[in-house]
Amino acid sequence: MFDWRWDFAFEILPRLLQATLNTLAAAGVGYGIAVVLGLVFALAQRTPSRIVTMVVRECVEFIRSTPLVLQIFFVFFVGPQFGIRLSPWVAGMIAIGLHYSAYLSEVYRGGLDSVPKGQWEACTALNLSTTKTYFRVIIPQALPPSLAGMGNYLVGIFKDTPMLSVIGVAELMQAANAIGGSTYRYLEPYTMVGIIFLAISLPAAGMIKLFEAWVRKKLGMN
Amino acid sequence: MSYWEFLAQNAPRYLDGTLVTIAQFFLSAMLAVLLALTAGLMKLSRNAAMRWTAGVYIEIFRGTSLLIQLYWIFFVLPLFGVTLDKFYAGFVAVGLNLGAYGAELVRGGIQSVPKGQWEAAYALSMSPAKRMYRIILPQALLNMLPPWGNLMIELLKATALVSLISVTDLMFEAKQINGSTFLSAQAFGTALIIYYVFARLIVTPFMRWLERVMARKLGRA
Repeated sequence: MFDWRWDFAFEILPRLLQATLNTLAAAGVGYGIAVVLGLVFALAQRTPSRIVTMVVRECVEFIRSTPLVLQIFFVFFVGPQFGIRLSPWVAGMIAIGLHYSAYLSEVYRGGLDSVPKGQWEACTALNLSTTKTYFRVIIPQALPPSLAGMGNYLVGIFKDTPMLSVIGVAELMQAANAIGGSTYRYLEPYTMVGIIFLAISLPAAGMIKLFEAWVRKKLGMN
Repeated sequence: MSYWEFLAQNAPRYLDGTLVTIAQFFLSAMLAVLLALTAGLMKLSRNAAMRWTAGVYIEIFRGTSLLIQLYWIFFVLPLFGVTLDKFYAGFVAVGLNLGAYGAELVRGGIQSVPKGQWEAAYALSMSPAKRMYRIILPQALLNMLPPWGNLMIELLKATALVSLISVTDLMFEAKQINGSTFLSAQAFGTALIIYYVFARLIVTPFMRWLERVMARKLGRA
């Protein structure tokens, strides 16, 4: 009933490992977008204008509570309707980066809120500009408490990259689907994809924990 | 074609899809809660085999993607003689995946109950089952309800993936409508809004209400 073929497994391994590189690249690029855009979302919620805060807040909630796979389709298909053609890679990176930027903005928000009020007052007293206040005083202090959440979402984005296969981004899941489709053997490719994901995400989660402890120690916290 | 005409034409299909999504949501939520409680309690068991079993379940389902688990259950499990209909495969995969995340919440919630509560229950010579059921779990539940609210939103979003094994949920209908009308912004946009309304106006308020009810029952309102 169950015939695992090692020769077949070894035959497709190079192809899957090649695709793993694409998966890692997708996770990396998507995360890069999310880290920057998330900060924009977080800071936009701290402007004096209540309307801006409310609109950005609602956008973040919207992105967070709708499915990523639907957002990927949306970004990929809506462009051409208005004459903008996006390649699967570009559309995928925009969608996944945008999705995780909403999550990261919440992480940053928590971090920013954890900076004591006295720090703000001190900046005002020293007559620092808003930019200087944020980039030299507040953000460096907000970063360490945000690191745990940021690390979790790095692993999270990696685990969500298989969804990019729905628009044909050539990552791991897409490779497994293609192998399954051409050979009618699904046992080996899907099982191996699962093992590759475990082999990357479990050590990554452990390393992030170590890194976080290291940063806290370096900054003299705990 | 105006957006209203588009809606009028496709409303029945969106409605059908939404009903399937709601069914998937409830079934997978029930499975996830059940699994989370079981695995969370097993993780705290004194028996090493129990802890290990729960640990393997949690790490496997948290360490890989839902999409892989879904495809594995739907395409590979039949090779082992277990064939699940796509509708069942869909909510089973979502429930298994989110249950693993929930198990960690259950474990954390139980560990957050102060030690004095355990000792007091022990001093009153309650049986371990009664202590867990009457004293520890209700308090743990109150502590873990806010993260469960987030998890329920994640679960709702996760159900969209079942469309990839052709369960005719909201996501699936949106794809079909997009394929037949070529109005992508309307087709996918409408589905996005339905998911959002469901999450924001039904799931989140319900979880908040549950938090209030639990707090009142434990006299912490």
